[in-house]
Amino acid sequence: MSAQTGLEARPRVGSRFRLQWEPAQQSWVLLFPEGMVRLNGSAGEIMKRCDGARSVREIVADLEASFGAQGLQGDVLAFLDMARGKHWVED
Amino acid sequence: MEASKVDAAPAGAMTATNGTPLWLLAELTYRCPLHCVFCYNPVDFALTQQELATDDWIRVLREARALGSVQCGFSGGEPLVRADLEILVAEAHLLGYYTNLLTSGVGLTEERAARLKQAGLDHVQLSFQDSTREMNDFLSHTKTFELKQRVARIIKANGWPMVMNVVIHRMNVDCIDRIIEMAVELEAEYLELANSQYYSWAHVNRDQLLPSREQLQRAERITNEYRARLGDRIRMFFVVPDYYENRPKKCMNGWGNVFLTVTPDGTALPCHTAKMLPGLAFPNVRDMDLRAIWYESEGFNRFRGTGWMKEPCRSCPEQEKDLGGCRCQAYLLTGDAANADPVCDKSPHHGVVTDAVAQAQKPDAERGRAQPLVFRDPKESRRLAQAAAPAPSGVEVRGP
Repeated sequence: MSAQTGLEARPRVGSRFRLQWEPAQQSWVLLFPEGMVRLNGSAGEIMKRCDGARSVREIVADLEASFGAQGLQGDVLAFLDMARGKHWVED
Repeated sequence: MEASKVDAAPAGAMTATNGTPLWLLAELTYRCPLHCVFCYNPVDFALTQQELATDDWIRVLREARALGSVQCGFSGGEPLVRADLEILVAEAHLLGYYTNLLTSGVGLTEERAARLKQAGLDHVQLSFQDSTREMNDFLSHTKTFELKQRVARIIKANGWPMVMNVVIHRMNVDCIDRIIEMAVELEAEYLELANSQYYSWAHVNRDQLLPSREQLQRAERITNEYRARLGDRIRMFFVVPDYYENRPKKCMNGWGNVFLTVTPDGTALPCHTAKMLPGLAFPNVRDMDLRAIWYESEGFNRFRGTGWMKEPCRSCPEQEKDLGGCRCQAYLLTGDAANADPVCDKSPHHGVVTDAVAQAQKPDAERGRAQPLVFRDPKESRRLAQAAAPAPSGVEVRGP
């Protein structure tokens, strides 16, 4: 958690968590012992791409392509910094 | 599972609510090799006759998942007593639940652990409790410690995250440093220092279990010192007993809001202890499907929201914040489940809580002779059930 997330990092879902889509909640959720975090739409879209294979640069490009948007890099990096602090993602 | 623990959930999680039963607690059995004096199982548990069969539980798992349940706890009693635990875990895993085993560790052999791993078990909560009758010795009791050490190693070897749950009370609260060090030594990821809550067996034994203010403050200070020193290595949760608060807890995050318990005989409850409330019919999963139980049954609707409230809750500006506190505590301490939880200092019955707290400040030597501790076992259970039963009387029943 010392350094900030870099564009070449390949984040994956943290080992203490399980990410899954919950139809009843229409949300991506992170599950952990006896608990749950419900992710909002954009957090879910980022987290589901954190597969340990794709780099942050590729994730940003994929999100921009998928949503016809530009300039998402700052938001994605800020989210991943926060998510690393909470151990939702590791790299 | 030995104590009410939802309030102690790591990360205070499951806060997002949508009125669906996100949490399913499957209390598979009341059978248990232990005799904990703070057990939250009903004091009359020994009257329970028929446990649900494997097929009933599978149906319960499917129906709850269809309603949106996502966390599933297998609890008891000691859930490892059930030979079909692996079958139920496997079914829950296939359905997409996050599966939690809440156990004392008694019965968790390497072979069973391997089968549970294969079935898809996600997490083990190991409770550390007074498994001997020598209450004061429980921390140093070699046999207990060796068992937990062995089980902790099995949990680690299977890659499960480990939550260690220790029910804290007057007789062990002064050993908080040793409890924390033990959890660190066993490499638990989470440690719940869950102060006993005073329901069921803990209510029977309250005078011996309720710590003094000074004890609690010291324990919390020491916990904070360890937190600062240990950082991320272990997450610790210290839950203060609500008798020391001025406002009640938002019990179960709201009645019939996120939490659904199914007891060993199939009774569906909005919390672990609600069966004690008189005059409320709680449905059985043998008779009704969970959707009807959750949305339509009288038991689940009775204390939803704020419409049921009496004064002082009815006009209280904080009514949404705590929803009047705990219905079981209101019933146990005031005799009426629709009263404000007397933990609240606005309750006209708040004195029963402050009296108990005042009593707890006295040193043991000055408190006169206390009743002996009542251990949770079937014999005591039948005795307590009989004592609580109404005196025989004749009621004329007429036809329509």
